[in-house]
Amino acid sequence: MTDRFVTRGFVGRRTAPASGDVHDRIPPGQYLTTDFPVLSAGPTPRIPLDQWSLTVEGLVRESVSWTWDEFMRLPNREWVVDISCVTKWTKLDMRWRGVSVDTLLENVELVPKAAFVIAWSDGGYTTNLPLADVLNGQAFVAWEYDGKPLSPEHGGPARLVVPGRYFWKSAKWLRGLRIQEGDKPGFWESLGYHNRGDQWLEERYSGD
Amino acid sequence: MAGLLAWQLATVSAIRQETSSVRSFTLRLPRWPGHRPGQHVDLRLTAEDGYSVERSYSIASEPERGEDVDITVERISDGEVSPFLHDVVIEGDRLEVRGPIGGYFVWEAALGGPLFLVGGGSGVVPLMAMLRHRRRAGSTAPARLLLSSRHEAEIIYRDELDRLAGAGDGFEVIHTLTRSQPAGWTGYNRRIDARMLAEVLDPVGVSARVYICGPTALVETAANALVALGLAPDRVRTERFGPTGT
Amino acid sequence: MIDHTDDPTVDRVLDGNALAGLFESLFGLDMTLTPGRCANCGTINRVGAMRAYTGGPGAVLRCPACDEVVIRIVQTVEATYVDARGAAFLRFERG
Repeated sequence: MTDRFVTRGFVGRRTAPASGDVHDRIPPGQYLTTDFPVLSAGPTPRIPLDQWSLTVEGLVRESVSWTWDEFMRLPNREWVVDISCVTKWTKLDMRWRGVSVDTLLENVELVPKAAFVIAWSDGGYTTNLPLADVLNGQAFVAWEYDGKPLSPEHGGPARLVVPGRYFWKSAKWLRGLRIQEGDKPGFWESLGYHNRGDQWLEERYSGD
Repeated sequence: MAGLLAWQLATVSAIRQETSSVRSFTLRLPRWPGHRPGQHVDLRLTAEDGYSVERSYSIASEPERGEDVDITVERISDGEVSPFLHDVVIEGDRLEVRGPIGGYFVWEAALGGPLFLVGGGSGVVPLMAMLRHRRRAGSTAPARLLLSSRHEAEIIYRDELDRLAGAGDGFEVIHTLTRSQPAGWTGYNRRIDARMLAEVLDPVGVSARVYICGPTALVETAANALVALGLAPDRVRTERFGPTGT
Repeated sequence: MIDHTDDPTVDRVLDGNALAGLFESLFGLDMTLTPGRCANCGTINRVGAMRAYTGGPGAVLRCPACDEVVIRIVQTVEATYVDARGAAFLRFERG
């Protein structure tokens, strides 16, 4: 702790975590929030659903693309997960509906060298993850939040959600997953943020 | 020069309620180099556990005030900082302040006019610094302020603006009230748009220096309209304030 | 300027003035007046006029004419990262 001047009476917008079960669900250095902050790196993309598509491409035998109608027909389920943003807020029990990334990848044949996935979005945002971090129920593409269609400011029509990683890895306005042999740091990973971003290991910045 | 812009401890020497949700704080700073109308300060608040937040606030007072600096803050009910400033801070409290900051959104009498100011809600704050300075400097450069507020009771600095406009030195204020208007109101009653700007700008003309401050949507609507009316883009200076009431 | 008035989050967007304190404490000069040429569309805008997206993991300054990223800034515990590849140049007047 630095010798910082403390402002009398200032606490900030944080809820002190309750003891017991809830306390254990909050990763190190995080604060509990009950709202759902909107944080963006750019203007809110607006794409008509009849122009939207989601693509899995790259190191696959054949790339595959779904229109919105086709995407809606994929097996989907409800997910209730805790989310942590690197800006220190954590929100518990967020209720989403979406398609598991496993389901998407069942529709392609991965080339053996495939090791990483680059998620890319409308508006130019990218984030990178090892393939191993998005398999086996660890990631999904959500199109509904809290029982309602995902709003544009929160990443609608569909966004990636990777609950085990800081929320910058949960790319809003998702349009594609590009499978690669090599890793490629995404928008924030290339400017000082941690390449992997595991909130339980407090992997916020590169070098952590 | 690096090192001049450092955090220093200001003492709150006075607090004044401007409207029911807007409050001004006079800050006394130990080493204040003076400022230019339109500049702002950064405030830093730190909790006991080290959690800290920063906010920027336009300086409301004119440089001629000397070592004291006023900021004017609207209380945003779900905000993190403004409720603290309104509900907790009292005279004698100390706050970390850094400034003065910013040379782009600055008007001084030496720049001359005409001067065309467009404000929405608490966006009027830096414009007020310019107007207070204009009066103190004895400038007679033609000046007009188009100020958007939701309700009459929410107009910040209402009485002072009326006094400045009554001084006969070439300054006029035009209000628009966007949500409700008092009985008998003959002024504008809608959000600022291109047609309104054309009408209000007309007596001042396209050679004006323009400063627009308020919520981003208002600022961008006004800036686009004024450039379309023929003002040179670099003479249309903007400061986007973030979400406030207009 | 591009019309963003139909963007639901438009009023959260600030501009280079909001980053002025950060820039001045970093570089020792007021950057709000600094003109920068957008590497994407070529228009020149002062940093104070660039649209700023803040509050997330970092700050992004975008060109008001074409929306492309001009400058990105991240502050970690130890350092501040600045990516100015989106600026073909930044012009600092002498004297």
